[in-house]
Order: sequence, then C-alpha cells, then structure tokens
Amino acid sequence: MEMSWIVPLFVGISLLGAFLVSLLGRKIKLLPDILGNLTVLALLCLSVLAVYVVADKGVVVYNVGNWRIPLGITLVLDGLTSFMLVTVNLVAFFIALYAVNYMKKFTSKDKFYTLFLLMLAGMNGVIITGDIFNLFVFLEIASVASYALVAFGTERHELEAAFKYAVMSTVGSLFILLGIVFLYSYTSTLNMADMASILADKGASNLVLMVSALFLMGFGLKAALVPFHAWLPDAHSSAPAPISAMLSGVLIKSLGVYTLCRLFYNVIGISSSLSSILMVLGTLSMVIGVFLAIGQWDLKRLLAYHSISQIGYVILGIGLGTPLGIAGGLFHLFNHSVFKSLLFLNSGAVEYATGTRDLKRMGGLAQKMPVTSATALTASMSIAGIPPFSGFWSKLIIIIAAVQANRYGYALWAVIASILTLASFMKVMKYAFFGQLKEKWSQVKEVPLCMKISMSMLALICLGGGLLFLPAVKEVFLDKAVRVLLEGTRYSQVILGG
Amino acid sequence: MSKEHEQGMSVIVKTVTRLTVGMIFLYGVYIVLHGHISPGGGFAGGVIIALSFIHLMLAYGKDVALRKLSKKTASFFESTGALLFLAIGLLGFSGGYFFLNFIPKGEAFRLFSAGTIPLCNIAIGLKVGAGLFAIFVALAMLKLEKGEKK
Amino acid sequence: MIIYFLCLVLFCIGLYCILRKRNIIKIIVGIIIAEYAVNLLFILVAYRKNGRSPILSPDTEIINMVDPLPQALVLTSIVIGLAVTSLLVVIAMRIYEKYGTFDITKIRELKG
Repeated sequence: MEMSWIVPLFVGISLLGAFLVSLLGRKIKLLPDILGNLTVLALLCLSVLAVYVVADKGVVVYNVGNWRIPLGITLVLDGLTSFMLVTVNLVAFFIALYAVNYMKKFTSKDKFYTLFLLMLAGMNGVIITGDIFNLFVFLEIASVASYALVAFGTERHELEAAFKYAVMSTVGSLFILLGIVFLYSYTSTLNMADMASILADKGASNLVLMVSALFLMGFGLKAALVPFHAWLPDAHSSAPAPISAMLSGVLIKSLGVYTLCRLFYNVIGISSSLSSILMVLGTLSMVIGVFLAIGQWDLKRLLAYHSISQIGYVILGIGLGTPLGIAGGLFHLFNHSVFKSLLFLNSGAVEYATGTRDLKRMGGLAQKMPVTSATALTASMSIAGIPPFSGFWSKLIIIIAAVQANRYGYALWAVIASILTLASFMKVMKYAFFGQLKEKWSQVKEVPLCMKISMSMLALICLGGGLLFLPAVKEVFLDKAVRVLLEGTRYSQVILGG
Repeated sequence: MSKEHEQGMSVIVKTVTRLTVGMIFLYGVYIVLHGHISPGGGFAGGVIIALSFIHLMLAYGKDVALRKLSKKTASFFESTGALLFLAIGLLGFSGGYFFLNFIPKGEAFRLFSAGTIPLCNIAIGLKVGAGLFAIFVALAMLKLEKGEKK
Repeated sequence: MIIYFLCLVLFCIGLYCILRKRNIIKIIVGIIIAEYAVNLLFILVAYRKNGRSPILSPDTEIINMVDPLPQALVLTSIVIGLAVTSLLVVIAMRIYEKYGTFDITKIRELKG
C-alpha cells in the first residue's frame, strides 16, 4: 500500500503543470520554460521510482476513489507499464529541455508547454490505466493535443498536414470506440482485467473477431502500420522539431504499439492468426517504409518514413510471440524512441541554424556544427544497426528470434530492411554533414546550449543502450515487461487476485 | 448606450435578449448546482452558461459581450476550473485515495449532499462555460481578422 | 436487430462522406455523422426491453431501468467530439485563409 500513491501522480502532475503554465505563463516570461521542464523532470523521477516499486512489490493495482475493482477506474502499474513510462518520460524530458531554445522563434511558449504537457498526460494516462474507456479518453487527450501541436506554426504546410492527420486519426479513434462498444455489449464491463476473464469464460465468437479487426485498424492507424500510414510523413515532417521528435519518438508507440500489445495479449488473447497478421503488417511496414524513405530529399520526411519502417521491426518482434521476440521488440521500441527523437532534434538543429531541410542544399555542416553532426552520426549508426550502438543489439535479437521461430522469410526481410536503412543514412550523413562546406553556410553557428546538452545526452543513451541487455538491468527493466505480455490473459488473475 | 445600437441585430432581438439572458445564465447555474440530484451537471450547465454569453454576443455584437467577459478572463476561468477539479482529486489523498469522496455524503436528494460531487460540478461548469465561450470568441475573431484584410 | 444495423449504415455514410467528399467542411460533417452513429449505437446497446430512464427521485421506485453507464460514457464521447470538431473547424478556417479554397484536391503541397 505504501508506495501506491505514486500511480495517479503520473497523470496528476502533468495536468497540474499544464494548467499552471496556461494560467500563469503569459504573465511571467520565464515561467513556462521552468515549470514545463520541472514537471517533466518530476515525471521522469517518478517513473524511475516506479521501476523500483515494480521490482520490489510486483504489480500495483490502484483503485481511484476507493471504488471496488469492476466499478471504479483502476490504475495498474506492472512491468510493461513502468517500462513504457520510463521510455516516454525520458524522451519527453530531453525534448522539453531542447524546446527551451528551439521554441523561441514561436511567439507563444506558454501554449506550447500547455499542449505538450497535456499530450504527455494523455500518454501517461493511456499507459497507466486499466480501464478500457479511460484508455480511450486519454488516447483522445493525447491525440487532440498532438493535432494542435502539429498545426502550431499555422503555416500552409503545417495546416494541411494537421488537417490530414486529424481526420485520419479521428477515424481511427472512431474504430476504437466502435470496438469498445461491441466489447462492452458482449462483456458488460469496462475494466480490462474483468473483461479478459469474461472473454476467456465465454470463449471465441465472431464478435470478438470483429472487435480485433476494428482494434487492428484503429490502433494500426495510430501506430502508422503500413496500409494506414499515409498521414505520418506529412504530420511528422511538418510539425516543429521537438513535436516531430515527440510524435515519432513516443506518441505512435504509446498510443499505437503499447495499446495493441496490451489489448491483444492481455485482454483479447493472442491467437496464431492474429500473431501472423501482426508479423505480416510489421514486415510490410518495415520494407515499404524503408523503400519510400530512400528516395526522399527532405530530411524530416526521410526520418518520418524511417519511423514507419522501425515501427515495423517492433511489431514484427512483438508479433513473433516468443520470449526473445517480445524482448527484442520492446528493446527496439526503447532504442527507437531514443535515436529517432535524437535524429529529429538534429534535423531541427540544422533547420534552426541554416533554415533548410533540403539535403541537396546542405553540405559540410560538420565543420560548423560539431555537436550536431557528432550526435547525428551516433543516432544514424544506431538506427542503421552498426555494432556497438544500441540499434544493432535490438535488431540482432529480433532477427535471431525470427530465425529461432523458423520464420526465415521474416528474418531475411529484416536484414534487407536494415541494409537499406544503412544506405539511406549514409546518404544523409554524406549530403548534410560531410563533404565540402558550401559557401553560403560559412556564417552558420552551432546551436545554443540547451539544445546541445539535450542532444549529447540522448547520444550517450544511444551509445550505452546496448547495456540495457546486461542481466542485472534486463532483469528489472525489460524482463518484467516481457513477462507481462507472455502471461497473456492470465493478466486478469493478477489484477483481480491482488 | 448609443454605441450599443450600432452593432448587432434589430431592436426586437436586443430587447428579448436583454430580458432573457439573465434567466438563461441563472438556469445554467441551477443545472450546475443540481447536477448531483437531477439530470444535468457540470458539462450541461456549463454549456448553458456559455450560451448565455454567446447569445449576448450574437445580439449585441462582440464588443458588448467581451466587456462582460473578456477573452483573458475566460481563459483565466478555464484554467482555474481545471485546476480546481484537479485539486479536488488531489485532496482525496487526505483520505488515502486519488479522487476519494472525502466529504460526508449527507442525505440523498438534498442540495448539500453527495460530498465532493457538487464541487466537481462547479469546477467542470467553470471550465466548460469559459472554454466554450473562448472557442466561440476565437472562431468569431478569426473570421473578423479575415474580413478586415479584404 | 435492424436498428443496430441502421446505426452501422449511418456510420458507413459518415465514412463515405469522409473518404469521397472534396470539400473540407463536408469532411468535417462526415466525421460528425460517423461519431454520432457510434454514440447512438452505444446508447442502443444499453437499452433493455421496456426499460425506463435511470433517474432516481425521492418518491418513485424504479424496477426496470436501462443501463446508465453508457449514457455517462456517451456524454464523455460527445465532449471529446466537441473538442475535435472545434479544432478541425479552426484548422479549416485557417486553411481557407492561406489557400483561399476548401477543395482538398487543390490543397496538395505535401507529396512524396
């Protein structure tokens, strides 16, 4: 009982920060920066604490308002939750730090931090809740905040992208809501654990099959899996850099991948056909994403297509369903959050200094921007899967898991996609940072301090990401999360029993 | 007084608005305060409160309505409502749980009953009323800016 | 049974409107239609035969009432719909300001 009070604070603190910034931010000039960063720092500390709580006590179930389990809203803190919380809040912390300098060129920083913290509250809420309608509400909070953030600059491209994103994503939400309606009519409960046990008692039916299809479409849209990916390159490349980093780094994972895992593994129960659908979708995203990325000359658009491709790896690993596959998928999820947000921050730094995103117009920036180019090199090596960096280990584990499960075709595609990723990032490094410095960039300066700090720290995490697979760290951080998914629908007994 | 007649709709609409707008506002407050014992509540009441100001704006033009409730005040009330609601939730920690109904519930069907629920309704009413009005003002102002450009 | 089916038809009309219409405002209307179809279905799912509204009052006793939970949930969903719709309308107005048109086939600068 003692430590369970931290559970509702993940939502509470971020909402508190958001509303305080919106209330006071306009009057005091420095307040949005300070308050925003302090809030995210507090959330980061709490999520590290949550890992310890889970390691110490196991699953923590928190009943909001002291209502009994199927009646009230339940918050659940288990291995997967704490893993996702650390990922989201870690990345959010560095992005908030970066935004201190970057968002100066926009006029209303208080609105930016309000929306940013609301989005963070939504993501934390999605991760921590154990109630399916509450999950939908938090998902919508995060989504609506992200629509507004994509349109933040209110220029032509941003508005167009925001409209496209908002329409597609709303349709996805409607599919999810429809799925929830059918599930409620079938089980008469909203608590996910209760729902899982009732579904297990009632057995398979066509309705559950339809709900799976609806959830696959809805959450697939949120996660930008390949048939539903059309909105992502526009939205992620048009938003301001910190927001692109946030969207690509953690939003599509917490709203799409996490919810897919949680609902399919723990509530509906994964079947072999469902797992092969996930693997096919993952492989499709992986390959098509990378093929579309290679031809791009807009730096942020290229990165956005790579997000689709890397999400494919995560879904492939999780869809395999073996312990090693899930571990690889989640490990890659963490790594991708770090290096993809770093890459978007790098692209933002280049745009900040030179004002362009076109790779053809850059060149030789390594001489003028050493920190940016060094961190970009680290992240590129990491995403391409060069040995000492974090991305190599997670991709290797996914490929080994695919081979172990006798899925040689998928393993082959994963290798091919990895090679193509390497090729496309060699192009980025060659055109943007190496080579001859162009005449017009001779006056370019390195970016301000906060941006440098945030990028260097993320690069360090990229470098040390492989250490996560050391037995001591793996045991408390990754294995707990894997175990939650492996338990499958026994999730309900864990929650209802304790 | 003379300036009020320049903008907005005809005298008939203005007169009817003047007579009804106070009642609409009071009805909104009534719905908010009785949210815990009859249908309605914070959201419905808040919408009615916002409608009373929107009504004023439609009939008299934006200057009069914004004098009654300016955009800044609206956004202040919006944030305050949200903070109040969150504070009620956090105060539940005094009893050990987030959003615990820590005030004695009292007798059912009385105005002062149901613990924290009426307070939550008031907070939501503030937030929704101010928020909806702010949305309407934002839409109206955006259109106005565009008209001036042409 | 037929009434649930009609709800799904309404949902499909909304989807058709989103996918096929070229005017931004019509797309927003399509979203609203689809959303209300889902809300209506949720309310209908809660209906019980000969059930009455789940409102307690001091002097009456309710024997057979419909499921009150979906009504609360639909209210939440309506509020979310309000937020999404107003945001979409603001974006649409801004788009008109920049592009001078509501036709999505003419608002296509992002490609690739």
